[in-house]
Amino acid sequence: MTESNIAPKLLVQMHRELLRVRHAELALAERYKQQEMRTPTHFGVGQEAVAVGVCAALRKDDVAYSHHRSHNHFLAKGGSVYRLAAELFGRETGCSRGRGGSVHLTDLSVGFVASSAILGEALAAATGSALSFKMDKANRVSTAFFGDAVAEEGAFYECLGYAALMKLPVLYVCENNGYATESPLAIRQPEGVSITGRVKSFGIETFYVDGNDVCAVYETAAKAVAFAREHMLPVFLECTTYRWLEHVGPHFDHDLGRTYRDEAELQDWQQKCPVRRSETVLLATGLATEAELEGWEAAIKAEIEADIERAYADPWPDPSQLFDNAS
Amino acid sequence: MRILKYKEAISEATVQAMEADNSIFVTGHAVDYPSGIFGSTTAAAARFPDRVFDCPSMENGFAGIAVGAAAMGKRPLYVFPRADFMFLSFDNLLNLACKWRYMYGGNAGRVPIVFRAIVGKGWGQGATHSQSPHAPLAHFPGLTVALPATPADAKGLLLSALTGQDPVVIFEHRALYDTEGPVDEAMTPIPFGKANIVREGSDITIVATSFMVSEALVAAEELAARGVSVEIIDPRTVRPLDEKTILASVKKTGRLIVADTSWELCGFTSEVAALVAEKGFHHLKAPVRRIALANCPAPVSMKLEEAFYPKASTLANAALQLLGKASTDMAHIDQESLFKGPY
Ligand SMILES: Cc1ncc(C[n+]2csc(CCOP(=O)(O)OP(=O)(O)O)c2C)c(N)n1
Repeated sequence: MTESNIAPKLLVQMHRELLRVRHAELALAERYKQQEMRTPTHFGVGQEAVAVGVCAALRKDDVAYSHHRSHNHFLAKGGSVYRLAAELFGRETGCSRGRGGSVHLTDLSVGFVASSAILGEALAAATGSALSFKMDKANRVSTAFFGDAVAEEGAFYECLGYAALMKLPVLYVCENNGYATESPLAIRQPEGVSITGRVKSFGIETFYVDGNDVCAVYETAAKAVAFAREHMLPVFLECTTYRWLEHVGPHFDHDLGRTYRDEAELQDWQQKCPVRRSETVLLATGLATEAELEGWEAAIKAEIEADIERAYADPWPDPSQLFDNAS
Repeated sequence: MRILKYKEAISEATVQAMEADNSIFVTGHAVDYPSGIFGSTTAAAARFPDRVFDCPSMENGFAGIAVGAAAMGKRPLYVFPRADFMFLSFDNLLNLACKWRYMYGGNAGRVPIVFRAIVGKGWGQGATHSQSPHAPLAHFPGLTVALPATPADAKGLLLSALTGQDPVVIFEHRALYDTEGPVDEAMTPIPFGKANIVREGSDITIVATSFMVSEALVAAEELAARGVSVEIIDPRTVRPLDEKTILASVKKTGRLIVADTSWELCGFTSEVAALVAEKGFHHLKAPVRRIALANCPAPVSMKLEEAFYPKASTLANAALQLLGKASTDMAHIDQESLFKGPY
């Protein structure tokens, strides 16, 4: 572990945020198994450091967009577990009033504009928000979180070209977890050509980081965001990471007998758990004791449970409001 | 005849067609993995590893690639686990593929590309995953648009697509994937443009597509118990549309309900209503009734989802109204969907 230049307060704050995101996802995945959250859900367990590190580098008035695997980003940008849980339960109090479900989250009050299920959509919308900031000389940054599969879509290259041409303050964050549903990267993108490498050819400033190391993500994202803000230019940040659970749903692939990846591979990545790694930093720098870490974890878990219970007890939308906002 | 599931019928058609014609290849996201599009491409992947292969996320580009491959004699079958991913393909599909034969005066040959597009329903599939653009696609001359409602149709229509000469989009309904029915073991294509008279009757015609055929059958049973005889017509393809069978049925019954898996405005229900108004008006004893999705995107929340989808009871009550009878509470005939998530 390298010496960190990050302020102690922020290290602690990011760790607590990692815990919140991790335990929210684990608790939601557990509840999900009861078949009461009727919305196909892509959990982000294992990938928390990207969301937490990047969002820590953003200002509150910077905006973020995300794709189908969006819970981590929604929470890390400041969204509440309660409103997320209520959305998954389909309640009126959900962040999208129960209309959108897991893949359509929003909370404008914290600058999380939208997540959307179709690959490439959110990235284009994030680019548009950056265009608006530029027109307003607003000194704000727009962020798009997306996976490696988006680097196969045409919209990706169209937006990179446009953002470079127009000098838009947009931060593209690619969470490269090596898979798209059950398809590994190797059969989707050519060998020896990295996503970052391709983006470079647009003349866009690129950054590449170990996405399981929250400190590294934060420091890199902070540089990237500062660059985008100062120069009013697009930046691209590729983070390598790994999703622990199945593509959609709460289970481990190996428990369901799926063969596209094996348990040993998962266990390798679990050794690189972002939460454990952040813990090690706090212990090594003396910022927390084992007992403190446990105490935080217990308190955060209790809050999450309370949020989920409260969401569950909330009212359904009234069917008479089916057409609200439809036209 | 053997009983097969809808998804098994699709799988069998794919394997048989590939055996008969080695120019067919199958692609789409994860088609060659054990889960193979809900099991519908697994057998083909095992049997023809060189002709069933994964496709990156490149729906726009690949539709064009499919056109080019077809122009050189291949038969691409491109599978979309949800129909909405296909929207990205519309440029190459609608501007190029389906006009190909016409705009090159027949001199550039034919491009028989086949798209399978799955439509979701229920269990919070939501605004993007629960939509079926068969009507807008059927608007374009040169494209065949099919909606199999039974395992037999799923096999027969796919065989027609894979042995035919033109671009075809097949909309498969996720809620039907596990339904069972008799399926011919032989390779018997079902011709496009020939409606299926699913049930004969004399009092009222229900023209229904896809999943609404099952709902119409439930409604017809309930109505039969109340002395009402329902005829159910499934057009099976929206383009070409079997006008004759629809008009003949309306001539017999004098009453028409059109039930579709999409919205009303500019939809398939509008088309059939217009057809009958234009060519069968004199047969009608009552106004045409349209039963379609509520006029909003599909909501995720379970309580709203229930209100969003028309059901067997909706159809049965509409029929009673058309016959001038009082409607009653028929909630008991509405089956709870057995489909469980996440996908
Ligand atoms: C245009 C489009 N095509 C296909 C899909 C189906 N789909 C949903 S998620 C996914 C894989 C995404 O992989 P990646 O971008 O790496 O994100 P991850 O799920 O790994 O976080 C695919 C192909 C889609 N949502 N949109």
